[in-house]
Amino acid sequence: MKKSYITISSFALLIFAAVSCKKLMPPVPEDEEILAGTIPGLSPQQELEHLKGDENFGRIFSKEDGLGPVFVQNSCANCHIGNGKGHPTTELTRFANVNGSVVDYLLTKGGPQLQQHAIFGYTPETLPTEANVFSKRIAPAVMGLGYIAALDDQSILNNADPNDANGDGISGRPNYVDPTDFFSPQSIHIPNAGQYIGRFGKKAEKVTIQDQVVFALKQDMGITSDFDMQDLFNPQNGINTGDNVADPEVSASFVNSVVFYMRTLKAPPRRNADDADVKAGEQLFTQIGCASCHITTFTTPQSDIAALSNQTFHPYSDFLLHDMGQLLDDSYPEGSASGFEWRTPPLWGIGLAKDSQGGQMFLLHDGRVNSFEQVISFHGGEAESRRAAFNALSQDEKDKVIEFLESL
Amino acid sequence: MKIFTLNYKLFVLFSLFFVANNSVAQKDSSSIKRMDPDTSKLNMNLDAVYNRPFLQMGKIPVALGGYMEVNTNYSATDGVTEGFGFQFKRLTMFMSSTITKKIKFLSELEFEDGTKEINIEFAALDFEMHPMLNLRGGIVMNPIGAFNQNHDGPKWEFIERPISATQMLPATWSNAGFGLHGKYYQSNWVFGYEAYLTNGFDESIISNTEGKTFLPATKGNRDRFEDNFSGEPMITGKVAVKRRRVGEIGLSYMGGVYNKYQLDGVIIDDKRRVNVIAVDINSTIPKTNTTFVGEFAMVSLNVPTAYVENFGKKQRGGYLDIVQPILKRKMFGWEKATLNLAFRTEYVDWNVGNFELTGTKIYEHVFGIVPGISFRPSGQTVIRFNYRYQWQRDLLGNPAARTAAIQFGVSSYF
Repeated sequence: MKKSYITISSFALLIFAAVSCKKLMPPVPEDEEILAGTIPGLSPQQELEHLKGDENFGRIFSKEDGLGPVFVQNSCANCHIGNGKGHPTTELTRFANVNGSVVDYLLTKGGPQLQQHAIFGYTPETLPTEANVFSKRIAPAVMGLGYIAALDDQSILNNADPNDANGDGISGRPNYVDPTDFFSPQSIHIPNAGQYIGRFGKKAEKVTIQDQVVFALKQDMGITSDFDMQDLFNPQNGINTGDNVADPEVSASFVNSVVFYMRTLKAPPRRNADDADVKAGEQLFTQIGCASCHITTFTTPQSDIAALSNQTFHPYSDFLLHDMGQLLDDSYPEGSASGFEWRTPPLWGIGLAKDSQGGQMFLLHDGRVNSFEQVISFHGGEAESRRAAFNALSQDEKDKVIEFLESL
Repeated sequence: MKIFTLNYKLFVLFSLFFVANNSVAQKDSSSIKRMDPDTSKLNMNLDAVYNRPFLQMGKIPVALGGYMEVNTNYSATDGVTEGFGFQFKRLTMFMSSTITKKIKFLSELEFEDGTKEINIEFAALDFEMHPMLNLRGGIVMNPIGAFNQNHDGPKWEFIERPISATQMLPATWSNAGFGLHGKYYQSNWVFGYEAYLTNGFDESIISNTEGKTFLPATKGNRDRFEDNFSGEPMITGKVAVKRRRVGEIGLSYMGGVYNKYQLDGVIIDDKRRVNVIAVDINSTIPKTNTTFVGEFAMVSLNVPTAYVENFGKKQRGGYLDIVQPILKRKMFGWEKATLNLAFRTEYVDWNVGNFELTGTKIYEHVFGIVPGISFRPSGQTVIRFNYRYQWQRDLLGNPAARTAAIQFGVSSYF
């Protein structure tokens, strides 16, 4: 009898295991809960390319792979945790010597970026004594960048109003920057005296995702690529010091796969978009003029990636430079952007920031504040009237605006 | 060329192993004696390397043994699964020999994941001068915690090894070196000690592609059995005490310099140490036969201030296994079969502390539970069914990645 009991129990257990495998597994999180995922409409081949890029994006470099010899972080994914907004612990510092209108990025002294970490046996950089301006930055979210990259320059220029011709107090202008040696203009780009409109970076100092990836590989990780073979070194150690790994440390194919990954990351998902308070908050957001810079909607032209062609997206940015006033003036110019000018940061995904920042928000370009109200309080310059308009709202109305921001 | 040489050596070793087995068997199979572990003595974890079943062939002064582990695997993290698969975890072979009455040799050769990893885990000579004083030299298992020395698959009710033992501590961790060990018996008590000087860790414990302080990274250094990276011996020591019908508790330490602080006589860096302390217990409640096996360890190391905070200066973690036999009788024709319920809980924090800049807590930890059921046809063979559920948080403490696994496996000495 007992033997039968054991036999039956054993079989029952195995059958239970077989049929309930999936039920015992953790569920797939809701799409709106995760920052990873592809844009809709990719082909299986493109999905595979995306996965390859994802792997490279997450690759952790070591000394043997060419990390450093000085660096900020050892992986893309360590700053852009979960593809989301970065954390102050991985912040980077840009520096320069600014004397009137003369800007020296101190390239021979380790500029334009401080690499405060170093591989074993190597001395990290310290800020050179000549540096007199500094700008701390935390990493932005990398979701939805493909839509921004696919946008044509004309769509950006359509919202430019450098002389505030419409009298709304907002005078956004594009940041024209010198292209990199490896930049290859596409039909979406409109040159201006040999320069192109930057649309990536806190001050719109990068024209393409590729520019940003190549720059970050080198300046953040000390990784050379086919696009930039000159390795970092600490000038304080001497010009012939390095990591002893042959350059390039990654291939063009590696860079391109990371670029493809970022181009095909889905846009940040909205939550509670149909909630009445969220809708009311969005109306107030537009009513008090926030949407003058945080422009809601764009549509892409034809793209080499079909899934990015003719797509309407909602970044809540105009990708233009604006005078943000003294409180946000870092005195650090980039391209034609001065210290007080910043690109309107896309607000999509801002409500998900805390999910990549350890449960607490670190906002603004350097993560100095922890709430949307504080962010708004730092709006000066052109945005001062919008700050005042927000402050004039009732508490209930302010709460609705915040709810709207949290839904992005 | 090296690969060819290694394969050739392995071929010869395998051939000898099986030819020896078969030739004896063809002559007289009754001359093969199975020597089961001696359970009459108060054996401790430090005896684990010899406390295994061996096959003795006739009067040949060499005994052979080994074990294998194979299992199924179906796991998913946040709903994403790589599918169902089979894992041949390891095949381990022992060879021991009594050279003279008080000189013994034992070696343990392990093939992991097919032939992806081939390691000599133990190969040492023991010279007994007194029960309290034995000299051991060779490739020794550093006695940190208990699992490192007592890791044979058939001894455990769980398919996966404890995370704290293999992903924080580097089990199975062995090094070239020398040391002393001994035991002292007093009535129902036995006291044991071990102390070794061996080669140690290297810089890969923080300069690695794991992105965290990871002591097992040193195992990737193929030169470590012939070259001590830091040039300073690592110390490993353990004391343990056991009382009959109560259990054993051990306290162990392992530490040494892990970086190359001098090169060609030139001082190039500070001496940077890694220190590990561990406590291990095992006990059985006589009335219910409930067994508790656990280990907790803390790691601290001197990480260069210029290094990123991802690489922890402190780590801690451990596990506790509870095993409850629920049936012990003749089953399916096996005379002394046992059916057990088992439960493991484990935790590792790879980076203990707070971020310097924000003062916020650094997470990077994992917590797991593993309920299971095991069936032992004999003490040397186990059929296991495990269900694992674990929560892993990143450095910043973002929502945990949840992983679950269902595994079925067998492990047996042979």
